[in-house]
Amino acid sequence: MAPGTPPASVVIVGAGQGGFQTAASLREYGHTGRITLISAEDALPYERPPLSKAFLKDDTYLEGGAPLWLRPATYYVRQDIDLVAGTVTALDRAARTVRLADGSAYAYDHLVLATGARPRTLGVPGSGLRGVHTLRTARDAAALRQSLGAARRAVVVGAGFIGLEFASVARESGCEVTVVEACDRPLARAASARTAAYFARLHRDAGTRLLCGHGVAAVHGNGRGGVSEVELTDGRPLPADLVLTGVGVTPNTELAAAAGLVVDGGIAVDSRLLTDDPRISAVGDCAAFPQVRSGNRLRLESVQNAVGHARLVAERLTGAPSSRTYDELPWFWSDQFSTTLRIAGVDERHDAEVVLGEGPDAFSVLLFDGDELSAVESVNRTGDHLAARRLLSERVPLGPGEASAPGFTLKKHLAARRRGAAVPFD
Amino acid sequence: MPKITYVSVDETARTIEVPVGTSVMRGAVFNDVDGIVAQCGGNAQCATCHVYVDEASADRLDAARPDEDHMLDFTASPRRDTSRLSCQLTVTEDLDGLIVHLPERQN
Ligand SMILES: Cc1cc2nc3c(=O)[nH]c(=O)nc-3n(C[C@H](O)[C@H](O)[C@H](O)COP(=O)(O)OP(=O)(O)OC[C@H]3O[C@@H](n4cnc5c(N)ncnc54)[C@H](O)[C@@H]3O)c2cc1C
Ligand code: FES
Repeated sequence: MAPGTPPASVVIVGAGQGGFQTAASLREYGHTGRITLISAEDALPYERPPLSKAFLKDDTYLEGGAPLWLRPATYYVRQDIDLVAGTVTALDRAARTVRLADGSAYAYDHLVLATGARPRTLGVPGSGLRGVHTLRTARDAAALRQSLGAARRAVVVGAGFIGLEFASVARESGCEVTVVEACDRPLARAASARTAAYFARLHRDAGTRLLCGHGVAAVHGNGRGGVSEVELTDGRPLPADLVLTGVGVTPNTELAAAAGLVVDGGIAVDSRLLTDDPRISAVGDCAAFPQVRSGNRLRLESVQNAVGHARLVAERLTGAPSSRTYDELPWFWSDQFSTTLRIAGVDERHDAEVVLGEGPDAFSVLLFDGDELSAVESVNRTGDHLAARRLLSERVPLGPGEASAPGFTLKKHLAARRRGAAVPFD
Repeated sequence: MPKITYVSVDETARTIEVPVGTSVMRGAVFNDVDGIVAQCGGNAQCATCHVYVDEASADRLDAARPDEDHMLDFTASPRRDTSRLSCQLTVTEDLDGLIVHLPERQN
């Protein structure tokens, strides 16, 4: 294959959000060669966000999980996308083939690794008991949903998004809920202290017990293979008939590492999402890519990130003349009870924040790194979030001084800057 | 089951029976109707499930909630008076015969 020639055959490992989107965008952008999409899960590609939210309580999701599908089976036939069930166990870069657990092999001109991530486990005695769950796949969610139906006391380990989303569903379904978090606050990695404090209150007001600064020592059984109690490191027992651990994920990088690709907190890719082998790209949760603002290598876990990566790779492989580098603004949402948190941008560090919004239950936190806006967290303020997405992706200048002026709104700032006029303060 | 008609930019129409309780967006996605991307899976986050409701059907729908209304300012094809997010249109018996037109672009 000469440089610049579109690859005849693209193999995609992993058929989650990123893998699916790579295949779909390749066809959309005119790729006529073979597309092989290899899925370790024996299901049509589906979306994960509802698994910790609506899927657990909404009966329209029940019929075989079909409503989770990203597309029905007919789509893959119509688009001539070869959907292969199986797990890739080896990658031979010299021969340009991947081998599946069943021994079959697929040759590629270009390979896209979209292997995602898997939940970390607690690694304490008793983690394998019935009633102790992690949540990543539709299968996990179905098991969790079933446990939840009979549960009275749920313990959630980890106050990240998955843990808190599940905690809100469990509380709404009438469980007694205790959330155990090792850090001194919820959402420690994911949101500012101010936003985290709001969510801590939201959960406590709903009657959830939130125990921060506590670790889990063991999980104890009821003698019949099921769980009965979580024991904290200080010895405190928490009775439980359901335990969800949401303590972060490990990216699936083993395949890449075994093939000698650079792994650095994820499969290392450059700003065009290429690994150190020009015939291999990586997208989504498994990929550690350079962040535009800081240049730091980051791994993000979001639908937007997986889709954005996938589109860029598809663009590149279908011979788009520009070799665009990945500079999409990251954004994310989370639903807990009837509250929606939306985050635009990445807060790697901030030294100033400005809060917009009057009511206690609707506000936005603007995070600044020096004189530059780096991220905006909006609670029940969709308009702010959308304006923030535009401001951040168009890199409209905004400093904390300006943002704290009376009457300041993100929308007005955006409109004014677009007109090139001064910012109007009412 | 209520029937919903999806009309693409080239005027091809597909009529699909969509179960009550699901959304006009899901009706399209699960039946492989092109033109609805639905990147956020129906969470009113992405505006890639934008449709123009046919004038004849417009008065059957409740007004958009604020989330949807904000999102509609950020669609890839221009917002019109009849613009809606199909993921926010829950199918009821009353919507039998609803016609929606798909926009030129979703993202
Ligand atoms: C419960 C839950 C809730 C979430 N909620 C939100 C949300 O509200 N908003 C948001 O933006 N994001 C959310 N996310 C995150 C989002 O779903 C992920 O970021 C996204 O799915 C990442 O896509 P991906 O393709 O990188 O990985 P995945 O979707 O995980 O797909 C990877 C696939 O690759 C397969 N695979 C791995 N190794 C191999 C192999 N060797 N051979 C073959 N197949 C392989 C895996 O089995 C998996 O099916 C949520 C995630 C979860 C789990
Ligand atoms: S599917 Fe994303 S807004 Fe409707």
